Amino acid sequence: MESLLHSVQGFIYPDELQLQWSILIVLYPFITGLVAGAFILASLERVFNVEAVKPTYRLALLTALAFMIVAPLPLQLHLGHPERSFEMYLTPHTTSAMAMFGFVYLWYLMAVLVLEIWLDFRKDIVLTARASKGAKRALYRAMALWSDNISERSLRIDDKVGKFITIVGIPSAFLLHGYVGFIFGSVKANPWWSSPLMPVVFIFSAMVSGIALVMLMYQAVNWYRKTAVQMSCLDTIARYLLYAFIIDFSLEMLDLVHRIYEADESFKTLDFMVHTKLYFSQIILQIFVGTLVPIGLLALVQLVSVRERARRIIYGASGVLTLVGIFAMRWNVVIGGQLFSKSLLGYTTYKMGFATREGLLPALILLLLPFAILYLLVKLLPPWPEGDLARKE
Amino acid sequence: MNGWLKDREHLARMAVIFAGALVLFLVVRAVMVPNGFGTYGHFRSGALKDNASHPLSYAGRQACGDCHDDIVASRKGSKHERIGCEACHGPLSVHADDPDKMKPVLPDAKTICLTCHLENVTKPKSFPQIDPAEHGDGGPCTSCHNPHHPEIS
Ligand code: HEC
Ligand code: HEC
Ligand code: HEC
Ligand code: HEC
Repeated sequence: MESLLHSVQGFIYPDELQLQWSILIVLYPFITGLVAGAFILASLERVFNVEAVKPTYRLALLTALAFMIVAPLPLQLHLGHPERSFEMYLTPHTTSAMAMFGFVYLWYLMAVLVLEIWLDFRKDIVLTARASKGAKRALYRAMALWSDNISERSLRIDDKVGKFITIVGIPSAFLLHGYVGFIFGSVKANPWWSSPLMPVVFIFSAMVSGIALVMLMYQAVNWYRKTAVQMSCLDTIARYLLYAFIIDFSLEMLDLVHRIYEADESFKTLDFMVHTKLYFSQIILQIFVGTLVPIGLLALVQLVSVRERARRIIYGASGVLTLVGIFAMRWNVVIGGQLFSKSLLGYTTYKMGFATREGLLPALILLLLPFAILYLLVKLLPPWPEGDLARKE
Repeated sequence: MNGWLKDREHLARMAVIFAGALVLFLVVRAVMVPNGFGTYGHFRSGALKDNASHPLSYAGRQACGDCHDDIVASRKGSKHERIGCEACHGPLSVHADDPDKMKPVLPDAKTICLTCHLENVTKPKSFPQIDPAEHGDGGPCTSCHNPHHPEIS
């Protein structure tokens, strides 16, 4: 208690001393954002038939699935008693936005992601089942639901149904992440969060991070497999990233200008916080390193002609910086919103543990886990164009 | 098999799995949601009865006064007058029902006083607080203060 008081400035209420929402709660919107963003990118490709980005379509879907599986884990680790999360399906609490998340999550995971991936990979699954023996055959037969039908017509039907699901999926992805923004935006007691722009800003930042992730994954996967990157594909994704980023940044600036102009009673407090406790994570990391620099790099490629090798490096660098920037944005929202007192007269400090239940170590593990899951998914359902194992064997 | 279904059959299989999962969920829900849930609100109505049937552990200060009117009288006019007896003495309904059945253990004064009066910045300034290292020369609180009427002057 005494030692904690040293991290306090000014006047705060006793329950504001320690932050309740830790780095795990920072991780949660970051991960769902990646899911929604990767899925929206894949869907736009499909709905608008963008030929150039085709090579990333399946990779984006599997990436979304891998991150989606991990998305609820930070919450469960934070709350404890993961077995109780099932209760929210049994006795749904319709007036609680947080409790309804279970349904949004389940809908998006099962009705959108899993179905769409199944329809898209069905042909490969059946071909793999045909070409293999024993346990592997049994596994793929089961995944194909013991159907062996990959006639032209059935695949055409799959494609139509898949397209329908994609179209339903886009608003679902918006819902998934807009909803995360809504949870923060609707906390009316907290001036740092309470803003109707919050869901919109969350959606666009989700698209930015998802597109950046897919762009990086595409390069990484090709580097790992020693295959050639299709520059036209990479260029197009980078362009999308730039557009999404510009919209995202404009919205955040709109929010900022609005706050500055409105200058309500919380403004001085928040302004002071941004210039002190959040200076590094907000001004330096989020706005400068994580937004202006990658936007500048991506815009540079559009304005002057850059050689292919340099372009690849620029895309890699801006992708990484973008992810750092979006993570910083989540950090500033979640942690920043708890650093100042409701009295608007004081501040506290976030002390992060390391190998504690909500420390840095579990956060890092949760951040790496999706890549392990993705590795397994890719083994199971190779997303490459020459993917059907049947042909390889 | 008729032509329309032939190339949609795998979809039908998936639909059956989804429908099966839904039915399974509804069954699990019917089994797991306790009876009476939602009758009065977002809780099990039987919980009210369960709670009401817990044995009483506190008798309430009125009851104490029936036999210990000397103590009640000694508290008159003190700042401790309004504090419930069992806030310091703990739950004593068994004792109040039949004093022979259970004789209360007297609380350790120092421990009990400090739970309320230990100095702490988060307490309102107007509440009397002391630092035991500096106050009372380390003696037991009751050597100077009467717990039922702690004012010295
Ligand atoms: C039915 C009458 C009765 C009621 C009601 C009653 N007591 Fe007593 N209490 C007694 C008697 C008689 C004794 C003495 C028992 C003994 O000395 O063996 C006693 C003893 C005590 C003692 C121990 C005194 C000592 O010297 O060790 C305490 C403390 C006490 N009571 C507190 C309470 C409190 C608090 C309540 C209210 C919850 C209460 N009593 C209610 C009759 C009662
Ligand atoms: C602020 C805490 C506190 C409250 C409130 C309190 N007591 Fe006590 N009481 C004590 C302590 C401490 C002792 C033991 C004193 C000692 O060790 O000399 C005690 C002793 C007693 C005793 C036995 C000794 C004596 O002085 O006769 C009785 C009986 C008693 N209390 C009854 C009551 C009753 C009845 C009430 C409510 C009207 C009450 N107490 C409220 C702290 C309290
Ligand atoms: C349940 C909490 C509680 C416990 C336990 C308690 N007190 Fe108190 N005490 C109070 C309250 C409440 C006041 C009245 C404060 C006020 O009016 O501002 C008070 C007032 C006092 C005062 C009067 C201070 C003044 O302003 O004159 C003294 C002295 C005191 N307590 C001593 C004690 C001692 C000694 C004990 C242990 C036997 C004790 N208290 C146990 C709550 C408690
Ligand atoms: C050596 C005698 C002595 C002892 C032992 C003692 N006190 Fe006091 N205490 C006093 C005197 C004298 C006062 C001042 C009385 C007054 O102003 O009414 C006082 C005042 C208090 C006050 C009121 C402080 C205020 O700011 O108004 C509290 C509370 C208190 N004592 C609690 C305790 C507690 C708890 C203990 C046991 C840890 C204890 N005392 C032990 C003598 C003592």
